[in-house]
Amino acid sequence: MKPIDTAQGNATVSAGPQTLGVAIRADGLARHYQMGSATIRAVDGISLEIREGEFLALLGASGSGKSTLLSLFAGLDHATSGTVFVLGRELGAMNSSELSRHRNQTIGMVFQSFNLLPRMTVLENVELPLRLGEVPRTERGARVQEALARVGLAARAAHRPGELSGGEQQRVAIARALVNRPRILLADEPTGNLDSHTGEEILDLVSEINRPANGAAATTVVMVTHERPLAERYAHRLVTIADGRVAREEKQ
Amino acid sequence: MKAADLTELAARNLREALLRNTLTTLGIAIGVASLVAMLSLGVGLQDLVGRRLERSGLFDSVLVRPPGAFAGPGQPPRQGPRNGSDEPAAPAKPLDESVRQQLAKIPDVVEVYPDFRFAADARLGSAGHLAQVASLPLSAASNDAFEGMQGHFFSAPDAREIILQLDFARELAETQQLQPADLLGKEIVLRYAGRQPLPPPGDTSAPPAGEELSPDEAALGFSIVSSETPLRVVGIISDEANFSGAGGFGRAGAYIPLAIAQGLRVVQGNDMTEIIRDSAATASERYANLTVRVSRPTAVPQVEAAIQQMGYSVFSLLDVTRNLSRVFAILDMLLGIFGSLALAVASLGIVNTLAMSILERRREIGVLKALGASDRDIRQLFFAEAGVMGLFGGVAGVGVGWAIGRIIQFVTTIYLRRQDIPAENIWTVPWWLIAGAIGFSILVSLVAGMYPASRAARLDPVDALRAE
Repeated sequence: MKPIDTAQGNATVSAGPQTLGVAIRADGLARHYQMGSATIRAVDGISLEIREGEFLALLGASGSGKSTLLSLFAGLDHATSGTVFVLGRELGAMNSSELSRHRNQTIGMVFQSFNLLPRMTVLENVELPLRLGEVPRTERGARVQEALARVGLAARAAHRPGELSGGEQQRVAIARALVNRPRILLADEPTGNLDSHTGEEILDLVSEINRPANGAAATTVVMVTHERPLAERYAHRLVTIADGRVAREEKQ
Repeated sequence: MKAADLTELAARNLREALLRNTLTTLGIAIGVASLVAMLSLGVGLQDLVGRRLERSGLFDSVLVRPPGAFAGPGQPPRQGPRNGSDEPAAPAKPLDESVRQQLAKIPDVVEVYPDFRFAADARLGSAGHLAQVASLPLSAASNDAFEGMQGHFFSAPDAREIILQLDFARELAETQQLQPADLLGKEIVLRYAGRQPLPPPGDTSAPPAGEELSPDEAALGFSIVSSETPLRVVGIISDEANFSGAGGFGRAGAYIPLAIAQGLRVVQGNDMTEIIRDSAATASERYANLTVRVSRPTAVPQVEAAIQQMGYSVFSLLDVTRNLSRVFAILDMLLGIFGSLALAVASLGIVNTLAMSILERRREIGVLKALGASDRDIRQLFFAEAGVMGLFGGVAGVGVGWAIGRIIQFVTTIYLRRQDIPAENIWTVPWWLIAGAIGFSILVSLVAGMYPASRAARLDPVDALRAE
């Protein structure tokens, strides 16, 4: 783990949320699994409010339930009890196709293992959410180029993921998450498969995305990580999860 | 997702596991090929038989006879409308020229002609040979019995010409130490039993043969005298050629034009009954039967019904055709079932390939769902992959099936030629079979893709994303 460089950390942390609207609100959110006769309480009554434009880090040990919480925010998983509102809409009340639209339009997801489709080029990978969102073909080219330019990979559009470094692949994944201009970015251990230097580069990028630019509203970022120093450097708020519950909340 | 994007992604996915998907598609192609091959054979054979039957004149003819004529054993009376109503038919007139004209006016009737058939002694030089002589209408020229005959068909409706059956020609030629072909152009004399009107009582001079009878004369009866007529041999038809219409032109030793036969005043089988009937004193000649030729076999039932309404007995071979169609329908069905078996096996290949594909692409399915793909998108993607395999398999299968057909046709042609049988086209691939086979292939593939597609759509994205 990288030692905390306070000076550098202070320099990179943004000034905090610019808007006061609520991006995500969870009330008594729970997700229990049944494994044989045992009940796994992955998320066990979490209440949390994330403001628009906030950069929130979810910390915790493996199996603490932080990734499950992220899946619940993404609408990939269903809550056993409690509610979760994203931009004022309750996910539990949405049907399957509304949830798909939510994942396509409202949020962007970044994973630890990048999850790029290996047989597609960088361009095609980034274009995928636009295809799923039925964006007209004429608009797609420009949108993909814009997203790739934002992550500094415009020149690698024709490459396949296998031809890129880990950091570059994660940048492509971020471009893919941003291409539909979502208001919330959910990142599940985005630096987990990267060396510390590359990890910092990626978080610099995420942090930049979190900052409002050119009059556009800031993108809310919820990042799951177990690397506390990085979280302290980049996030506005740290929420530590233990045994499916909020164990600690720290403001930066 | 839009259809174009779906197809593009499906095609890309198929290219990914090229060998496996090609083998699966090949399986479908073989299935479709066997289906196309089987059905083409069925259709081809049906066409062949249909063509033969149509040209034989068997199924577009209705034989008309006086009421009750078919009431013999084994032939149930077919009087009155077919629907079994008990309405008594109108009393029928004897079959004469006026009835013939009346029958000709029924819609869809092409021609109506009597059938003359009599025994005659054909003489070439001094030797004679007894033969069955039958009359032929000029329309018989299109009958395939005259295909490949030596010489030609009658040159005119009233030409004094005769066509011989090869057997008979051979017998006749032997008497003069000639070959049958040598008879062409030669004149032979037919001696037959002719009718001669009886002179009125007291008048001893008989009217010359061929003179029209007055009703009174006919009422008095006639005498049977030996008559002769010279005819030129213009054609010889093979022994195998055997046409038997619905009482039309059955096999005979020699054939003469209808108009000539009519003018010969030959004694006919019905003469004896006509002479003792009360109504004998009518103007024109009576026919033992009339053959009604109909424009197409499908019009036969209505023409039959119309004639029955007039009070005559009718007979046609249409029921036989109906049975034949049934036989072919069953044959086609059986061939289709056997052909489809291979396609059914191939469809299992699709299920297998797509199920394997789901296992391999679990993570990808999870990613797609995380990026906003709905269950429907995933289902459609797998459906599209199955459909694309079905389309390619179908197109390739039709090509292979067609090729198999050409080969079978080629081999059959060689075999038939070796057996001295004229080559026949037993292979027909109609456009509807091509379109149907490709459509069926896509349909079968889609049905086979249903289970894998719904399984893929139901995958839990959280589980799928965890997959290695």
